[in-house]
Amino acid sequence: MFGLNEIIITLFNGISLGSILLLIALGLAITFGLMNVINMAHGELIMVGAYITYVIQNLFVNYAPPEYFDLYFIISIPVALIVAAGIGMLLEVSLIRHLYKRPLDSLLATWGIGLILQQTARSIFGAPNVGVTSPSFLTGGLEVGTLFLPYSRLFILGLSIVCLFSIFYYFYRTASGRRIRAVMQNRQMAECLGVSTRKVDMLTFAIGSGFAGVAGCALTLLGAIGPTIGTSYIIDAFMVVVVGGVGALFGAVTGAFGIGILNTVFEYVTNATLGKVLIFVVIIAFLQWRPSGLVMSRSRSLD
Amino acid sequence: MSIKGLEAGYEESMVIREIDMEVEENQVICVMGRNGVGKTTLLKTIIGILHPKEGSIHYQSEDITKARSSSRAQKGMGYVPQGREIFPKLTVYENLLIGLEAGKQKKIDEKIYDYFPILKDFAKRNGGDLSGGQQQQLAIARALVAHPSFLLLDEPTEGIQPNIVQEIQDVIIDIKNTSATSMILVEQNLDFVKSVADYLYVIDHGSVVYKNPIDQVEDDEVYRYLSV
Repeated sequence: MFGLNEIIITLFNGISLGSILLLIALGLAITFGLMNVINMAHGELIMVGAYITYVIQNLFVNYAPPEYFDLYFIISIPVALIVAAGIGMLLEVSLIRHLYKRPLDSLLATWGIGLILQQTARSIFGAPNVGVTSPSFLTGGLEVGTLFLPYSRLFILGLSIVCLFSIFYYFYRTASGRRIRAVMQNRQMAECLGVSTRKVDMLTFAIGSGFAGVAGCALTLLGAIGPTIGTSYIIDAFMVVVVGGVGALFGAVTGAFGIGILNTVFEYVTNATLGKVLIFVVIIAFLQWRPSGLVMSRSRSLD
Repeated sequence: MSIKGLEAGYEESMVIREIDMEVEENQVICVMGRNGVGKTTLLKTIIGILHPKEGSIHYQSEDITKARSSSRAQKGMGYVPQGREIFPKLTVYENLLIGLEAGKQKKIDEKIYDYFPILKDFAKRNGGDLSGGQQQQLAIARALVAHPSFLLLDEPTEGIQPNIVQEIQDVIIDIKNTSATSMILVEQNLDFVKSVADYLYVIDHGSVVYKNPIDQVEDDEVYRYLSV
């Protein structure tokens, strides 16, 4: 019934979906996982990243010689990172900072911010979806025997791994990352040792937001983008972080690939709708068994 | 350091009342008192974890009553809290590096390993995996790496095995003798207090009830306040 090819392609699709989930959940693993801020506007930061790619594409179409067109995508990634991080920083300073002690209020407030961002996108770009032309080096795919692996999927897989390793490198090998870890483990003591926890909070939130921007950039490879693109991904992102274990980056990795592969397998043996139902059943059952997720970790208490 | 009319506590209940204290350069002030009389609250207020309801704190003739803990640390205040407060998932070495945040220097002074050689051996272990005594040594070392000009020590020898207690006491005496660092030391052992302190304060019910230069301290009087 299941040929080797089908198993391999299902596995590839699962890993590919996992890498997409990982990319959209990485930022959230930082803002929700480490900082315990329920940022409902995270999806809209993904949207910002996607529209930035669209804008840069249009700039290239209008102002750059056609032979350089492909470069737009390479440039979009860092620009999306920086702009989304900037918006995140603004959000932290103006709003979230004042709501650290009130998680439910921050949930509502960030949801409102999300709606504002959506409407802003609608006003600027219009309600209909817009398309981004993938750069030529990402169209087509790798043919292995009878298998066809799209370059865009392989690129997202690569990008998610690069993002993951840069986050690990940043957290575990740099002074700034060390400060973040110290603050998340014991913010009062870190403050007493001269670490400015205000700056660290701002920076951490900006980094989490920035990676949402990168995810948005990558999502333009998969389909059209619209003002509500974020809403369709935010649930998945929270799911990955909760299953993986709040406060654990490594948990987000296992959560993303676990959900990605299971989802694809379920969809393959049943159908898309039932597959989605099954994955939710599995997650609910799993959280009954391990309420704090795959990787348990003490996160900072909200203070 | 000059503290005037300090009142602080949690929520509505004030734990310390009308505390006045003067600490000169290189002076060691010891604070004694029974459990729950406000010694830890006093130190937390000085480092800025708690904000006083009344009174003022001046440090190097600057009013720091409203300053954040991090800026107090940047000004040269070091804090060794009760319960050590090590970062459990940071290695010993990383814990020390966080201690450097308050100072200007980039590298950890090797002298710290002369004080506590165990910290060099365990550099790569997680802080949370150390024993209580080792964590206490790490907490003291972490406060010392930034070369503080003012050190707050909250019962540094409480609940620690005797050989390490001796080591810690030697370090405190050495800091007093070899640097200009001032200290406020909360301590229960009167003999050790007499060997290191310049001044002794006894606190009861949140107020200073006894204050004397150490050479005028009468054991009987102190014990009267400490007995349960």
